[in-house]
Amino acid sequence: MSLTSLWRAATQHRLFWPVVALVALLVINVPFTPGFFEIHLKSGHLYGSLVSIVLFGSPLILVAIGMTLVIATGGIDLSVGAVVAISGALACLVVSKQADQGSVAGVLLAFALALAVSLVCGAWNGLLVARLGIQPIIATLILMVAGRGIAQLITSGQIITVNSDAYSLIGGGYWLALPFSLFVVALVVALSMALTRRTALGLLVEAVGGNAEASRLVGIRSRRIKIMAYMFCGLCAGIAGLMISSNVSAADGNNAGLWIELDAILAVVIGGTSLTGGRFHLGGTIIGALIIQTLTTTIYTIGVPTQTNLVFKAVVVIVVCLMQSPLFRAKVFGARARRRGRTQKSPGATADAAPQLEVSP
Amino acid sequence: MAEPSPVLEMTGIVKEFSGTRALSDVDFRLFPGEIHALLGENGAGKSTLIKVLTGVHPLDGGTVALDGRPVRITSPLQAQQAGISTVYQEVNLCQNLSVAENILIGREPVGGGRIRWKELRRQAAQLVTRFGLDLDVTAPLGSYPLAVQQLVAIIRAVGSGDPAAGGTGDAGAGTRVLILDEPTSSLDRDEVEELFALMRRLRGDGVAILFVSHFLDQIYEVCDRMTVLRNGALVGEHMVADLGQVDLVKLMIGKDLDELEELGEHHGEPDTSEPFLRAEGLSRAGGIAPFDLEVRAGEVLGLAGLLGSGRTELARLLFGADTSDGGKVYIRGEQAALREPNDAIGRGVAFLSENRRTEGLVPDLTVRENIILALQAARGWTRPVPVAQRDELVAKYIAALDIRPADPEAKTGSLSGGNQQKVLLARWLLTQPRLLILDEPTRGIDVGAKAEIQKLVVSLSEEGMAVVYISAELEEVLRLSHTVGVLRDRRLVARAANGPDITAGRVLEIIASGEHQ
Repeated sequence: MSLTSLWRAATQHRLFWPVVALVALLVINVPFTPGFFEIHLKSGHLYGSLVSIVLFGSPLILVAIGMTLVIATGGIDLSVGAVVAISGALACLVVSKQADQGSVAGVLLAFALALAVSLVCGAWNGLLVARLGIQPIIATLILMVAGRGIAQLITSGQIITVNSDAYSLIGGGYWLALPFSLFVVALVVALSMALTRRTALGLLVEAVGGNAEASRLVGIRSRRIKIMAYMFCGLCAGIAGLMISSNVSAADGNNAGLWIELDAILAVVIGGTSLTGGRFHLGGTIIGALIIQTLTTTIYTIGVPTQTNLVFKAVVVIVVCLMQSPLFRAKVFGARARRRGRTQKSPGATADAAPQLEVSP
Repeated sequence: MAEPSPVLEMTGIVKEFSGTRALSDVDFRLFPGEIHALLGENGAGKSTLIKVLTGVHPLDGGTVALDGRPVRITSPLQAQQAGISTVYQEVNLCQNLSVAENILIGREPVGGGRIRWKELRRQAAQLVTRFGLDLDVTAPLGSYPLAVQQLVAIIRAVGSGDPAAGGTGDAGAGTRVLILDEPTSSLDRDEVEELFALMRRLRGDGVAILFVSHFLDQIYEVCDRMTVLRNGALVGEHMVADLGQVDLVKLMIGKDLDELEELGEHHGEPDTSEPFLRAEGLSRAGGIAPFDLEVRAGEVLGLAGLLGSGRTELARLLFGADTSDGGKVYIRGEQAALREPNDAIGRGVAFLSENRRTEGLVPDLTVRENIILALQAARGWTRPVPVAQRDELVAKYIAALDIRPADPEAKTGSLSGGNQQKVLLARWLLTQPRLLILDEPTRGIDVGAKAEIQKLVVSLSEEGMAVVYISAELEEVLRLSHTVGVLRDRRLVARAANGPDITAGRVLEIIASGEHQ
């Protein structure tokens, strides 16, 4: 009895279905990749499929975290992919111009410049949305399109390669036997959780997204909150851009972070945050991002032809979203549950229905 | 008179929401050609009973019979097909579609695979005329005032399967039962009369009307029979003629109304020093003509006037919810530029909007979060209210205002109207405002909660808070206020100290004639 109630509590948890989907996706890999769950220590570094998923998924997790806050305010940010490209391009350009590409100070300067520009990109989006009142999907579409051009301008249309150990640490290096990007993600996640839940920012964001007019009338400076959310989103995309360019030691204005905004939005939705704004769930977003990264990995390992992998991805995403919908589960699994429910309930129902008229007409 | 058989009979209705009983063993019946009031405090189970009847919520026990035959209604569509039509408190129509489209949406006359627009307009116009209205059916619904939209919603509900609509055919029986859930809460006196005329005409056609309203006078004016609920249980069914208002209220709240009666017109005099807030020639084009106004600490300023007379617009200017075109506001003697609500809140002004849902609650958030919101907004995001202090404050106000359920984790979207209003009141009281502007705080709220809110206003003013109290109910304004302002056609036409010579009749005269002394 207590086991069933425990089970019920677990299945009703927000993250139950996303976690089930993640585990199922991981398990599917085992027949195709024997030793999928194994992790080896090779020359002081951990290797294995799980480590790779986290390593390659890091940029997506970062972008999705920023996207979560923007979506919670009732907005959306389509420009994150472009910001990824701009940030990577700028950082690589700065490093490549230096005499000593390996210099830590030079790399830090490059990072600082790239992140500052990412913040400016976020502020631009935020101003368009909050100050000028442009619909978020249109406002951020501007930078989504223009941003790729800006990235191309920075790289002069070339792919800039760098040769710097310091630079490749953030996206491809190891620290304490683990991918360094893991620490960056952990830090950003911890910071954003603290920022939203230790302060009142989370509550105010949810209020603005849940009812913008009521929030204004209650005195919340909703413009400021929105601009902050877009800036934070830009910053996250900027860090992701550094990681992606660092991983390949090159900046490709055209392809870096291409379509990452769609994966990020998906991750947020799978994680249980509604696109209409309001309540947001950072933990859910992380699971959502991991699901998408695992899916990408799975597509390669089970040998889905590359031409059709997007179709495969779409099918899995639809299934995950449907599984999360209580309405859908009630329709599919409901028949069984109803039968069970009826046999349990019927004695009580008849007792309740016993006629007890005491009305005076 | 031999009693005809009921068109609708509900027996032993049970409904539970995650363990709590919203309805336990409720019987309800409805006879053809009667207007039947469903009464009870907020949370008594009126809405739940309606939702069970219309298939919005599934039954947990009991039976429903239409014309003596048991039926199982599992969806609003099915209810409509069975001849049960519903008009809810909030108008559920499409603002951007034309009146005609709204009336006939879902059952447009079609021919040759497309909608016959001319026929659609003709049918709609015919229905509108039949119910004694004069509307341009091609105009967008949103261009008409809320009251007219309400009437359109009723025409839409009753028009389903109406033979006058030119044989839509599919609905068959036509409307047997019409449910009106708080249809009058946003209507003024004339509009209510229009609605009542419509209701009486339908009653004459043999339609059974279930009427929910918080205005007891209206119940006694238009209803034949009533059913009273309390805490999800049936208290009794009575003919309206057999039960006086006082007895009815006793039945509804389960205790005597003496406490409410005690609330006299005499309470502490406001101080005569510098007014807390003073407006000079404040105006907004299309909203309200220039007006002068003063509110002192400890004073209740009541604003009376018809719906749309500029009451709300005036209040919104004092709060900075809208920006003014001209004039000045002084708060504690200093000129204040109110461009945003923030500017007013920072100076100790609080504003309870008349639109609880769209301008008050954040339905996603819990009771606790909604209550704490104004205080938190004032502190800014970097200084969250400490958890212990927050929980203590929330618990204190839930208890003080008797918010039910007393669960800080409850979603506010699921609370009853009166409790939602209390949550919003708690939200502002927490910030300890110096001036509280209440716009229709008791609209759509049951008698018990209404009295509680009125008492609260009196005690707040006695503690030195300035209050601006806006209400469509004249008696309420006159009983609570030290000073009464009257609005008419977006103009503040009169302002006078409350006294024996200020009566409801006198105020009505001013509203009607626009003249004062």
